[in-house]
Amino acid sequence: MDQISFVPVLAICIPAVAAVLILIFRNHPMIRESWTILASFATLACVLSMLPLVFSGAEPYAALFQILPGLSISFRADAFALIFALTSSSLWVLNSFYSIGYMQAHHGKNLTRYFFCFSVAISAALGVAFSADLLTMFIFYEILTLSTYPLVVHAESEEARMAGRKYLAYLLTAGIFFLFSVLLTYFLTGGTAFAPGGILTGQGSALLMMILFITFLIGFAKAAWIPLHSWLPSAMVAPTPVSALLHAVAVVKAGVFGIARVVFYIFGIDMVSALGLGLLLASIASFTIIVASMMALTQDNLKKRLAYSTISQLSYILLGVALLTPSGIIAALIHIPFHAFMKITLFFSAGAIIVMTGIENISEMKGIGRKMPITMLMFAIGAIGICGLPPVCGIITKWYLALGAIEAGQLIFLVVILSSSILNVLYFFPIISTAFFEKPDVDTGVHEAPLFMLIPLTITGICSVLLFLFPDWPFLTLVTIAEAIITGSVLP
Amino acid sequence: MIIDHFPVLVVVLPLVGAFVTLLAGWADRRLCFPIAMATTFIQFCISLQILSRVMQTGPLHYNLGNWLPPWGIEYVIDQLNGFVLVVILFLCVLTCLYSYRSIHSEIDEKKIPAFYTVFLLLVTGVCGIAVTGDLFNLYVFLEISSLAAYALVALGREKRSLVSSFTYLVMGSVSACFILLGIGHLYIATGTLNMADLARLLPPLYGSTVIQSAFIFFIIGLSIKTALFPLHLWLPDAYRYSPSAVTVLLASVVSKIGVYALIRILFSVFTPAFIIIEIPVMEVFCWLAAVAIIGGSVLAIAQTDLKRMLAYSSVSQMGYILLGIGIADNLAVTGGILQILNHAVMKGCLFMIAGAFIYTSGIRSIDDLRGIARTMPLTAAAFVIAAASMIGIPPTAGFMSKWFIALGALESGQWIFVLVILASSLLTAIYFWKVIEYMYFRDPGTRCAEVVSTARDPPAGMLVPILILAAACVLFGIFVSIPLEVIEPFVTGILGGI
Amino acid sequence: MIETLLPGLFLRYNYYMAVIIMLIGLYAMIAKGNLIKKIIGLNIFQTAIFLFYISSSDIIGGTAPILTSDPASVYVNPLPHVLILTAIVVAVSTTAVGLALVIRIYEAYGTIEEDELIAMEAKE
Repeated sequence: MDQISFVPVLAICIPAVAAVLILIFRNHPMIRESWTILASFATLACVLSMLPLVFSGAEPYAALFQILPGLSISFRADAFALIFALTSSSLWVLNSFYSIGYMQAHHGKNLTRYFFCFSVAISAALGVAFSADLLTMFIFYEILTLSTYPLVVHAESEEARMAGRKYLAYLLTAGIFFLFSVLLTYFLTGGTAFAPGGILTGQGSALLMMILFITFLIGFAKAAWIPLHSWLPSAMVAPTPVSALLHAVAVVKAGVFGIARVVFYIFGIDMVSALGLGLLLASIASFTIIVASMMALTQDNLKKRLAYSTISQLSYILLGVALLTPSGIIAALIHIPFHAFMKITLFFSAGAIIVMTGIENISEMKGIGRKMPITMLMFAIGAIGICGLPPVCGIITKWYLALGAIEAGQLIFLVVILSSSILNVLYFFPIISTAFFEKPDVDTGVHEAPLFMLIPLTITGICSVLLFLFPDWPFLTLVTIAEAIITGSVLP
Repeated sequence: MIIDHFPVLVVVLPLVGAFVTLLAGWADRRLCFPIAMATTFIQFCISLQILSRVMQTGPLHYNLGNWLPPWGIEYVIDQLNGFVLVVILFLCVLTCLYSYRSIHSEIDEKKIPAFYTVFLLLVTGVCGIAVTGDLFNLYVFLEISSLAAYALVALGREKRSLVSSFTYLVMGSVSACFILLGIGHLYIATGTLNMADLARLLPPLYGSTVIQSAFIFFIIGLSIKTALFPLHLWLPDAYRYSPSAVTVLLASVVSKIGVYALIRILFSVFTPAFIIIEIPVMEVFCWLAAVAIIGGSVLAIAQTDLKRMLAYSSVSQMGYILLGIGIADNLAVTGGILQILNHAVMKGCLFMIAGAFIYTSGIRSIDDLRGIARTMPLTAAAFVIAAASMIGIPPTAGFMSKWFIALGALESGQWIFVLVILASSLLTAIYFWKVIEYMYFRDPGTRCAEVVSTARDPPAGMLVPILILAAACVLFGIFVSIPLEVIEPFVTGILGGI
Repeated sequence: MIETLLPGLFLRYNYYMAVIIMLIGLYAMIAKGNLIKKIIGLNIFQTAIFLFYISSSDIIGGTAPILTSDPASVYVNPLPHVLILTAIVVAVSTTAVGLALVIRIYEAYGTIEEDELIAMEAKE
């Protein structure tokens, strides 16, 4: 049930206000950075404060204003939204510290622009999470694209600019498809508000629905499904904290989150399964899982390999959504935070290596594990988690996903999941073995990264393990509530 | 009561102001700006008052010299006029403020009184078009504003401004001749020139070839005035070689009043019943607008000069307005009229910024803008906002007009135009993003590294209008309900309820 | 067939003349390279429209519209004359502005031939 509350709006506004403050204090680096830190904590507190309400079954809701009948700017913090929001905001805190450490060690330039855009991007990601209708979501989705563009082009090199153009070309084109879908939805139903069970039922012919579904899928190119994935590896020219939080968590999760929202709250499970669209999505997702994993095998650049791994992992979420069964939904939703924690650990470690040694290629990382043991240990934890082995949280996803495939009676997807696990092992374990068991060619005086970087990556690594041991609070609880709402079943 | 004379005051005031400026200019050149500024500002206040009265009590009628219509000339102000009047005067006030600093660097000192005099004459013309309810009167005011515009274009320091002004004059006069012909045909057929009277007398005559050819004359004439795609050739040069303040006026005031005249003649003199049912001209119109939208964008991509690029972008954006009108659906027309406001605001902002670049650094070419965001941060930021609005990124104003037009196209089942609108957003993104990338993410080129590194944000007199318009780009997007409140009664009135 | 068409043609010959003059003007504007000749073309074009208006108001056997004691007198419609008076003023102003521009162009470029202007602009 809705409960009028402006806390979701507040959560979106805090980073936006922080962005303005960052601009104002652009000549005082210390004050500027402290705004980022302060804002990240405040945002997290804001999001956390909504948890008890949501646990009790209420949904904070705020409609700001109406543009046309049925068309308004509105926000709702339901359990589903909170999963994404909590993931982004909690990791933002760690990432802020890491950013400061990374930029200090890397002698970064244009830091005001960097922190400004970062805050705006987080604000937009929270906006996507909390939006209660398609139009609001579209607005924040576009802001997210634009605000992350300067971060991709941050280095201002020719390569960065090319990547930036590619980034915009893909995501703005996708935005156009998204806009078209929003228009069409509004035209068909006279509204764009999300509702469990969907709003499109009986509003148009099957063919129209299929077209709409496909334009939605293209619109959410941020989910990086193949063949709309190639912007993501290119975007890895960005500074590592950007790749870590935005291109492994906020931006790409906004894509899959959007697809999930649309499938569950615009189309509705019944229609998607009746039209066979679930199977379509599942096929795309399976294809992406396998092909992206294979592509990851061929990459020598560590960040690019991680990017392909992200592409593959994002499709786990899509596959979970596409199965349309309770366990599938749980797998999809729980993978949003779990993958975020594991992948950010991996990126943080990669960033630490790049900053301390300047090495980006895996083949040059011989023996690095001995020089930077904590970093590489955390990297190993993240890698194990992605492969779906205990004692890291990744296995929980795989478990539910496998259950979901069985519930749906689609055993073929079980094969996909298993073979992808093997591929994951194949592309991660060589890195670990190179880092720990091979001897370096020349001995250099490399040591651990500064504490500003080391502590955040240790925390995320340990969290990945803790989430395996105690998955219930808060994520699995949220996921169960969200799943109950989506499938319309009674809360346990 | 003076308040009853506001409709005529809004026209008479700048006319008197023009002469006072001319006289004052003899005494002291510095007097010209305050007079022009005060005149436009008072007019703006009057126009706001008029609009609020129209919103409360419905259309205002004012009979010049107390001659009753249809014999006398009648000024009629309904929601559409009121809205357009406020929009153009808002832009006029800001342009006047902007011109104070910019015009000194762009025209000879001794021509400044002439500039403000002609400026006020132009304002007289456009306000006259906006308030009049008489067709012939509309023609006269159209010519007043056009003549003033030719003179203003010719004020540019580069000698090519003369040639572009001449081309503009020839094209403009031909278009005026067509409009005059159209008026003549209508008069011969009905014996009246009053718009309301014409709207009453015309329906039984819709089958007549005289009426139909009158209609075609109007369409041709006004298409030249609004630079609809194949007839746009005068526009890029005129925009490129005029002084910055004049370009702003042309792009956001003169072009808008042309569109207003078109809407007035299409919907108030003729009726939707005629333009949709009797001759399938709207179909042709839509296609022309679609070609304009795409063609203008493609040509804009090819430009290397910033002002020229913006000029071609104008061709494309005016296409949106005409597409909205051409679809002739409630939502689309709403979007089209909304675009009058939005385009005036965004293009005004962009041309002011282009002028600011010329003012502070003399840079005209996009190539030379590399790295300028570092030294002119506020100007560059305003450019980003206005460009986002042109592309149609929410929550800016440009998004809202595109939304309505696209929704209208969907509602009337014309899918192809939805695709045109969406595709053109991408094309727009290409040429604007190029500029943004150059400004923000490149080091200054060797040719003008020094100019770029010493450039500063323009003085407050130029910066304030730029920032106001940039803010307006966002505000009219978020609070789109404010203009909608004005537009909707008009659209409902002519096309029936939503 | 020609017999039925001809009377109609000659009945409205004033309009056809106007159209012919108009086309002459339009031709001059497009085909002549000299800017002065273009303005002359524009003037011819405008004059054609004036004739069109004036001839439309005429009534065969009508007198000047002056108030007389005879209520049955047939007089021509005065309004088009008044309108055209205004339009002539507009046309004169346009011509004046156009000629002023031509003078300025001549001062700046030393020529008023369109093709030479284009060649000079292309060289710059």
